[in-house]
Amino acid sequence: MTDSAAHPHDPADLERQKAQEARLAIPWQAPKGWRYWSAVNNTEVGQWYTTVAFVFFLFAGVLALLIRTQLAVPENDFLSAGTYNQIFTLHGSVMMFLFGVPIFEAFSILILPQLLGARDLPFPRLSAYGFWCFVIGGVFVCGSIFFGVAPEGGWFMYPPLTTAYQEGIGADIWLLGLSFIEIASIAAAVELIVGVLKTRPPGMRINLIPLYAWYILVVAGMILFAFPPLIAGDLLFELERAFDWPFFDHTRGGDPLLWQHLFWIFGHPEVYIIFLPAVALVAMIVPTAAQRPIVGYGWIVLAAVGTGFISFGLWVHHMFTTGMPGISLAFFSAASEAVAIPTGVQIFCFLATALAGRFTKSTPMLFVSGALAIFVLGGLTGVMVAVAPFDFQAHDTYFIVAHLHYVLIGGMLFPVTAGIYYFFPLRNGKQLSDKLGKIGFWLMFIGFNVAFLPMHFTGLLGMPRRVYTYPADMGFDVLNMVSTVGAFVFAAGVLVVLFDVVRPKGKQADSPRNPWRAGTLEWLAQMPPRNWGVRSIPIIKSRYPLWDQPNLMADVDAGRYYLADAEEGKRETLITSTIDSRPIQCLRVPGPTWITLWAAVFTGGAFILPTYKLYTAALVSAAIAGVVILAWLWTGTAQIPEKPEKDVGLGLKLPLYASGPKSVGWWAMFITMIGDMSAFASLVFGYFFFWTVHEDFPPDPLPGPGLTWPLLAAGLAIGSWALTLLARHLNRRDAAVGFYLSLGLAPVLTVGAAAALFAGPHLSGLDPTTHVYPATVWVLVLWTLIHFGIALIMQLYCIARRAAGRMTAVHDIDMQNVGLFWHFMLITVLVTVAVIAGFPRVA
Amino acid sequence: MNERNDERHSDDQHKPAARWASLWLITVSPTIWAVHFLLCYVTAAIWCARVVGRNGMLGDARLLIAAYTVVALVGIVLTAWRGYRQHSYGEGSAPHNEDSSEDRYRFLGYATLLLSGLSAVATIFVALSAVFIRSCA
Repeated sequence: MTDSAAHPHDPADLERQKAQEARLAIPWQAPKGWRYWSAVNNTEVGQWYTTVAFVFFLFAGVLALLIRTQLAVPENDFLSAGTYNQIFTLHGSVMMFLFGVPIFEAFSILILPQLLGARDLPFPRLSAYGFWCFVIGGVFVCGSIFFGVAPEGGWFMYPPLTTAYQEGIGADIWLLGLSFIEIASIAAAVELIVGVLKTRPPGMRINLIPLYAWYILVVAGMILFAFPPLIAGDLLFELERAFDWPFFDHTRGGDPLLWQHLFWIFGHPEVYIIFLPAVALVAMIVPTAAQRPIVGYGWIVLAAVGTGFISFGLWVHHMFTTGMPGISLAFFSAASEAVAIPTGVQIFCFLATALAGRFTKSTPMLFVSGALAIFVLGGLTGVMVAVAPFDFQAHDTYFIVAHLHYVLIGGMLFPVTAGIYYFFPLRNGKQLSDKLGKIGFWLMFIGFNVAFLPMHFTGLLGMPRRVYTYPADMGFDVLNMVSTVGAFVFAAGVLVVLFDVVRPKGKQADSPRNPWRAGTLEWLAQMPPRNWGVRSIPIIKSRYPLWDQPNLMADVDAGRYYLADAEEGKRETLITSTIDSRPIQCLRVPGPTWITLWAAVFTGGAFILPTYKLYTAALVSAAIAGVVILAWLWTGTAQIPEKPEKDVGLGLKLPLYASGPKSVGWWAMFITMIGDMSAFASLVFGYFFFWTVHEDFPPDPLPGPGLTWPLLAAGLAIGSWALTLLARHLNRRDAAVGFYLSLGLAPVLTVGAAAALFAGPHLSGLDPTTHVYPATVWVLVLWTLIHFGIALIMQLYCIARRAAGRMTAVHDIDMQNVGLFWHFMLITVLVTVAVIAGFPRVA
Repeated sequence: MNERNDERHSDDQHKPAARWASLWLITVSPTIWAVHFLLCYVTAAIWCARVVGRNGMLGDARLLIAAYTVVALVGIVLTAWRGYRQHSYGEGSAPHNEDSSEDRYRFLGYATLLLSGLSAVATIFVALSAVFIRSCA
């Protein structure tokens, strides 16, 4: 603390504080008027993101009511079979892709900086880009139902149903629209991982971070390994639908089970990707309600990390009835039982915390209690269906519908509602109504159980899922009617909560500061909250700093910590080291821009136009998106600051620029490429999957791609990689001629490598439509070629940056990141060549 | 996620515990579980699809799975031991919530130890499949 701490009411000091506040407010204020929509700050983007995710939730909720109305009585003709198929497909897809996953990203973008005492996340424009992608993709997918062309193959789109038995563009809308949104999810994952690791306040060591941050770290990591397999699957699927590459067509060597594998490698972790952040909310709410630190912090970390890993070993439990060997089923059954251990551990920790503290009743806690009750039931039926023989009986019946809704609504919707009641004042400065909250809770809780408890019995009686009607007198009538009544009661509860959120609160007094008397950092927020997030960035010494660090709030408010001022009128936040949270950089974060919106619009075009077979237009749109993104990078990233370092307060000077592993951009590249690698690994998995299931894969004699061309491609790629690294080195040494020479030659080798890789299958006449073997070779080549394209642009970009004086020997973020990309590029090429040219010789 | 602790603004950066800082250790045991799981799955899949056929006996595949399990458990136990050593470093017991490099060091050891326990149980669960099932059918 500075000396002024000793004289808090010194008039000169007050004057200084006021001046600081005024300066700080300017860069952080949201744009006015229609420019408001160009905002990128986490407070605006987070709020839009959350709101839109809820709009999609309400939309999917209406679809659910339509389903229940149709099923209320036997042989109902309220909906036709076709419409019903579209509605349940969209209900599932929207709830999972447009609400379940995005709501956690949205919420985290909104509150994570507050939790970490940061001004913003490190890449606000990336968040904004992700948000706009989400809106465009979501509206596209949801809108399809109004034209009667929505997907109708179930939320998992199983082929051959969706490739051979259903007409129309529904499946394309699903594949392309949702792939587009998955990109937004991965963008958010990158943002959140870097946010948790690098934007913590000084002193917040890894053993002191809020549990929410642990969960977010785990979940964002899971996204990097779970979503890319689906993107890879979508790519294969769309290549089959659009260009007749037979990955899933058994008459030409394909196998529909490959899709099931790729889908569920994504699909099961996704359940935990939805569940864990909701538990994270519980982990924040329970200690506050109990007014004591969480019991078993380390155990909860165990639970979060353990669940994150084990949830990847469960995917086949969705495929127990596909006829795999018993031993395979047993492995997945065992893992499915094992995941119950960490899941249970965290629930015991919450109960212990509540019991050990002075429990205060509140609306958020009411929703938390409801959540735990419902989720435990869903968890128990989960253990039942993890037992393969029981699953054989219950598979595809309403028992599963009951199970998954108990898990998802108990494990996600109730905690999220608790989170809304708990965190609402943070963004809006007002509290929600306790009375309406209680009414909403009881309607939701009772309605939910009335709707879904009977479904266990409907299922055990044998009613299958996804049927649009059923005959009378099979014992389903009363149970279905009860479920329908429950669903509407549940919906009424949701409406009450919705009303509470949207009702005008102008006359209502502002919430008191820290209304729940919580101990975590987000409650430093002033009421009404300010756009800068936190007045000054504090030094943290405890897991519950507001409880344990006396005077923290007053000192933060008086600007006695870091970055209390914005002398240069720029948006700034602190970057700290990953483990011990030592300040290492003052990061300038970018402000409002339209460029992210344009980038999203044209990226959207690249995904949406192919649905209507407008391939040329899609390519043009993709090219424009590329140009816009380049313009965004050129003007908005890796900017050279006007001075090397600045005083951030408390006598600490920090650099304004960092490159390599010290920079957030390097981390973002690294994390993105991990996701990229897992998509690539999924394609390679496809190759070996076909090798396992077919005697004649790869075929004998081998039709291609030969050895020469692929080896040449590998050699040239190694050359380009080496030259790129040399250029990075020479740039550091400020050897301009050498730099331009090496980075000038590298693109030539890149183009040569791409051409050679293409020549292999092309010159050997591999036709991807004839059989799955050429298709699989081609898809690996295609993937690598796309990466060559990006790698080439990166090399040229670095040349241009240095020529334009935007990259120097010291300011070399671009070159460092491109060097990092090229490591992954090289792995991609070498693995592709080893698989397509090398493996057939070994096999 | 390794870091060199040479940054400024630290009161205790030269203490022994501060020198070693990495998040990766806590992921070692779960990763061993994951690799063991995948190896078991791939071995069984290839065995049943390409070696003995859909109705063949698991035979030597079970021995392979047993071998994987022994190796995996040894790895997990070693990791757990490392975690335990870290957890009990110096003086201090859970919950390791002090603001010091030592407690951070102990905490990461504690998390490693707990995750090793879970990974060991999960590995044994998976391996038990091969104890009870003898054929591909």
